[in-house]
Amino acid sequence: MSELAIDRQIDRSKMQVSDEVAIEINNMNKWYGSFHVLRDINLTVNQGERIVIAGPSGSGKSTLIRCLNALEEHQQGTIMVDGTELSNDLKNIDKIRSEVGMVFQHFNLFPHLTILENCTLAPIWVRKTPKKEAEERAMHFLEKVKIPEQADKYPGQLSGGQQQRVAIARSLCMMPRIMLFDEPTSALDPEMIKEVLDTMIELAEEGMTMLCVTHEMGFARQVANRVIFMDAGQIVEQNEPEEFFNNPQSERTKLFLSQILGH
Amino acid sequence: MSDVSFVRTEMLPEQAPPASEVGLIGWIRHNLFSGWFNSILTLVSLYAIYYVLSGVLPWVFQSVWNANSLNECREIMMATWGSTHGHACWAVINDRWLQLLFGFYPSHLYWRPIAALLLLLVALAPVLYSDRLPTKMLIFSAIYPFLMVWLMWGGTIWGPIAAALGFVVGWGVYTLVSKQLSGLFGLIAGVAASVIWWLVLSSYFVGALDSILPIGIEAVQSRQFGGFMLAILLGVVAIGVSLPIGIVLALGRQSDLMIVKYLCVGFIEFIRGVPLITLLFVASLLLNLFLPPGTNFDIILRVMIMMTLFSAAYMAEVIRGGLAALPRGQYEGADSLGLNYWQAQRLIIMPQALKISIPGIVSTFIGIFKDTTLVSIIGLFDVIGLASAIRADTAWNGIYWELFAFIAALFFVVCFSMSRYSMYLERKLQTGHH
Repeated sequence: MSELAIDRQIDRSKMQVSDEVAIEINNMNKWYGSFHVLRDINLTVNQGERIVIAGPSGSGKSTLIRCLNALEEHQQGTIMVDGTELSNDLKNIDKIRSEVGMVFQHFNLFPHLTILENCTLAPIWVRKTPKKEAEERAMHFLEKVKIPEQADKYPGQLSGGQQQRVAIARSLCMMPRIMLFDEPTSALDPEMIKEVLDTMIELAEEGMTMLCVTHEMGFARQVANRVIFMDAGQIVEQNEPEEFFNNPQSERTKLFLSQILGH
Repeated sequence: MSDVSFVRTEMLPEQAPPASEVGLIGWIRHNLFSGWFNSILTLVSLYAIYYVLSGVLPWVFQSVWNANSLNECREIMMATWGSTHGHACWAVINDRWLQLLFGFYPSHLYWRPIAALLLLLVALAPVLYSDRLPTKMLIFSAIYPFLMVWLMWGGTIWGPIAAALGFVVGWGVYTLVSKQLSGLFGLIAGVAASVIWWLVLSSYFVGALDSILPIGIEAVQSRQFGGFMLAILLGVVAIGVSLPIGIVLALGRQSDLMIVKYLCVGFIEFIRGVPLITLLFVASLLLNLFLPPGTNFDIILRVMIMMTLFSAAYMAEVIRGGLAALPRGQYEGADSLGLNYWQAQRLIIMPQALKISIPGIVSTFIGIFKDTTLVSIIGLFDVIGLASAIRADTAWNGIYWELFAFIAALFFVVCFSMSRYSMYLERKLQTGHH
């Protein structure tokens, strides 16, 4: 795994971690059938934190963040997002989903809608925003991810990096308080990874609460305030990035870091 | 100095392709004579086409258009070409085409089915060309089914109005109840209210209003319906109603609710496992055994219901194929934005699943349209039934090819149009970069 150089100064003035709790996970367990995929997860995320979750494939890191907006169901323990508990109550789930943005590995844009329609759909139907206002907001965020000129095209006409930036803009249009990233750069060509990371960094600079499952260790080092290492469905180690990379404690973490950074 | 070192200093400009690759000659070389085997195939095919056309074209065009019987036709052929072989006798079509089109529909009322057909095109236009015509035209499309029934069967205008009011009643009860209780209760109450209205109350409503204000046109009995008009009537209803039912069945089959799921699976598998003709016999014969004596349950309505259910089961499976082809990510994308189940289905899933299913859906449409000819077996005089009746007439006894060629042409025009429209629609909905 490469460590992509981030060749820009990162403005940390707004990267403030507040005391307000954004996500609280207590003794959470999840099974796929009889397979125990997440084991006794405890995690508290404060407003403004930038957390990178790393780990080998199959370690449950994607499943963990997918539990946070109920794309996956957990069987034991509690998850509180922005003060609302994730239960089977569909109203709670829809409320949380509209507050939590999610960016997927494969973008999951809607191919039958234009870029602009992708961005305005949820605000119009879920938030009942008037169409004109939703479009203005969509253009604002498309400008932010630097592709306003593509607004009338369809996702299939854009490059992977552009599609992922649209996906980020689409999430932002719902004005989320928390953003989840599920391997946002894993399906991209090296040339396009940088443009997506730049967008994510800008988001961090504005103080967004972010949870990122990613293999981009450069991003973890320079943007995250906390790195969580998972293996076999549990949190093995978490620390500030400097400490995590330079002075890993567990043997499993050392092995993982030596494999992804070692050459 | 390494000899593998190479640096391009200027990029090559684009050049025109060689003459053998473009234009008429290029096309012929590529498509007809690209090798000795293909050249032979081309020549054999050309001969086959010539052989067929040289037989068919004289039959079609060296033909008799005016005669009163087959014998008269043959006399004219003998007088003109010295042989009765290889010449069509279109006089039978000339003589009976109105009957083939309208069955025994009263001839002074032909304007009504024609008006219904023209208005059908008006009603379909905003559905088929939704991007070019104003959405407000859909209001007429919603009114059209009731208008069509009134035009075709005639009678008092209050009947179709009462039928339409059933939907209004159902909608009213649904909005009232779903505000008070939950949406599901509202749905059940709404459907119940509509059914009660249609079965019990509407007849009093129609009777009362008709005695006060008798507005109506001459009534036409179902047994007078026939010909190609019947095929279009049955086909349009089966096609129009089976698509929404098919969507609901396909969604039901994917549902997490066990009872809903197995009801849908059972229905689909039963209907698909049974030949249409048995369903039609059930409609024409068996249903009478179960209904109370004296019930007048219109035969065409019964056939319409059976054909619709039959087509809906196939439609459900075609749409399920489209749903299965959608990546999971589309559901997750919709979920992650907070869209609820129905919003996600309507805005994200169905538009894509239906688009993928267009070829299958249109095949089912074409299939069910042609299957309407099966009603001749249960004694309805559709175009096939009429052809048999015409051949039973002493004047035209023995004629065969001309009638079926005419019927084939009628069906071909409609089916080919549907096929072309589906190709247009696929092109229009294409949003990739091809």
